[in-house]
Amino acid sequence: MSDDRRIAVLGAGMHPWGKWGRPFVEYGMAAVSDALSDAGLTWRDIEFVSGADTIRNGYPGFVAGATFAQALGWTGARVSSCYAACASGAAAIGNARAQILAGLCDVALVVGADTTPKGFFAPVGGGDRKDDPDWLRFHLMGATNPTYFALYARRRMDRFGATEEDFAQVKVKNARHGVANPYARYRGEVTVDEVLASPMVADPLRLLEICATSDGGAALVLTSMDFARRHAGGAEPLVTINAVSTVTPSFPNTVIEMPNFSTDSAIAFPADAVDGRGFRPSITASAYAEAGIGPEDVDLAEVYDLSAALELDWYEDIGLCGEGEAEKLLRDGATALGGKVPVNPSGGLSCFGEAIPAQAIAQVCESVWQLRGAATGHQVEGARVAITANQGLFGHGSSVLLAR
Amino acid sequence: MTTQVPAIEGWFTVDDDGTAALTGSRCAKCGTFAFPAAKKYCGNPDCDSQEFDVVALSRTGKIWSYTDARYQPPPPYVPADPYVPFCLVAVELAAEKLVVMGQVVSGVTVDDLTVGDEVELVVDTLYSDDDQDFLVWKWKPVAGAASAPGSKEA
Repeated sequence: MSDDRRIAVLGAGMHPWGKWGRPFVEYGMAAVSDALSDAGLTWRDIEFVSGADTIRNGYPGFVAGATFAQALGWTGARVSSCYAACASGAAAIGNARAQILAGLCDVALVVGADTTPKGFFAPVGGGDRKDDPDWLRFHLMGATNPTYFALYARRRMDRFGATEEDFAQVKVKNARHGVANPYARYRGEVTVDEVLASPMVADPLRLLEICATSDGGAALVLTSMDFARRHAGGAEPLVTINAVSTVTPSFPNTVIEMPNFSTDSAIAFPADAVDGRGFRPSITASAYAEAGIGPEDVDLAEVYDLSAALELDWYEDIGLCGEGEAEKLLRDGATALGGKVPVNPSGGLSCFGEAIPAQAIAQVCESVWQLRGAATGHQVEGARVAITANQGLFGHGSSVLLAR
Repeated sequence: MTTQVPAIEGWFTVDDDGTAALTGSRCAKCGTFAFPAAKKYCGNPDCDSQEFDVVALSRTGKIWSYTDARYQPPPPYVPADPYVPFCLVAVELAAEKLVVMGQVVSGVTVDDLTVGDEVELVVDTLYSDDDQDFLVWKWKPVAGAASAPGSKEA
């Protein structure tokens, strides 16, 4: 058996992010149509459909892979559906990859789409759910998602001297990146002064530094390497997925995470066995280990900037710099387009807002276009390796490593 | 007459003299603490214990981080009318080696808080209806701490 565990990305497609208010199936179908034509394949060629679910539109079955398979017309393809909160897209990619690597299929379709409500994300469904930590954190503490992001932001200020201006500069950078991205929802530049004049939501985070909730859809056509070599014929650089990380945290996770009330207790472990850095660094560490490369090999990263400050945490968590060095990396321009390792060249969540089951897939779509040299107006010149990173509620890691 | 009831059963206690404590668990085998209390399974992957002691967690700790909620949270939060913003803290409990969250008592703003400050646990009203006050745990800056309310110079 070959130890080449790569798979190929033959097609990528997205529906523009926005607040369109239409059924999510429309966004997913538009993305699928683009991904299929990008791959030069038809729906009949798909042997496996991998859907990323959201619970925002009702019960998970309604937003499953089968919903799209029916919309495309039943073909008898194998189907799977999965939910991993913000990491759902990566989990769906992981499922498709496993089928391909196991030799159960050659051609798979991954799709996720969402229609979102206005305002704060809140628990879906009514009634008292006193055994559900997600329901309870709203009920007992009023702890919305941005309040957790704000706790991390305040830690950076206290430990590393991050400033409100640093956070604003992340937003300014990402807004600039998104201007030329046709799929981004927000495509206007902003200034530091405008960011700092926007209302405080959860101190120290302001409205323009917190990711919105958006409608959107994204899809990928993934194939075995053999199929890609036969089919694609070298017309353009073949982009491969070299690793997919869908890990859980490791006990004891000593960083507070949504939707929990407390961290794990580290009492049963010697102090030197607990690094205190929490979940996020382990997500990409697993991807690097699987691909056999390191952060020094990465040309661009798409990370989950749920807040502008959180993007700085990710610089360290994905290994672009050491702990406490992210502000310097930002201030030096290393993570802006034209810098050493641009982060969120797409504009990131800052310009997209979040369409939960589509978002991790969208990170991969952007990476594919970057590695093909097709990201017009926001291209990372000469990019050969890209990494995506994301963290889903309840303990779902998500990272995809791509190369050409 | 208004009666007082916990907003959730079994998560905290308050004595007749008003002394409050969070109710956690300690694994009988490996000593791992948990809040809310573990009942069936230990979070330590190397421990298969299903026996836990119910314990009162440390009543004071140090602020790990803090923020506030300037906008009214959505249901199932039950806001005051009109809405009054509140602070949230994550608090390090040294003896248990864990960090636990909670609201801060009213009247405290982020300007009164600093990472590392000591806070103590109290029980306070979360929301009320016509007949009942629903109680929850909250954190209160310890008087005399560097940036307790009123201690910061203007």
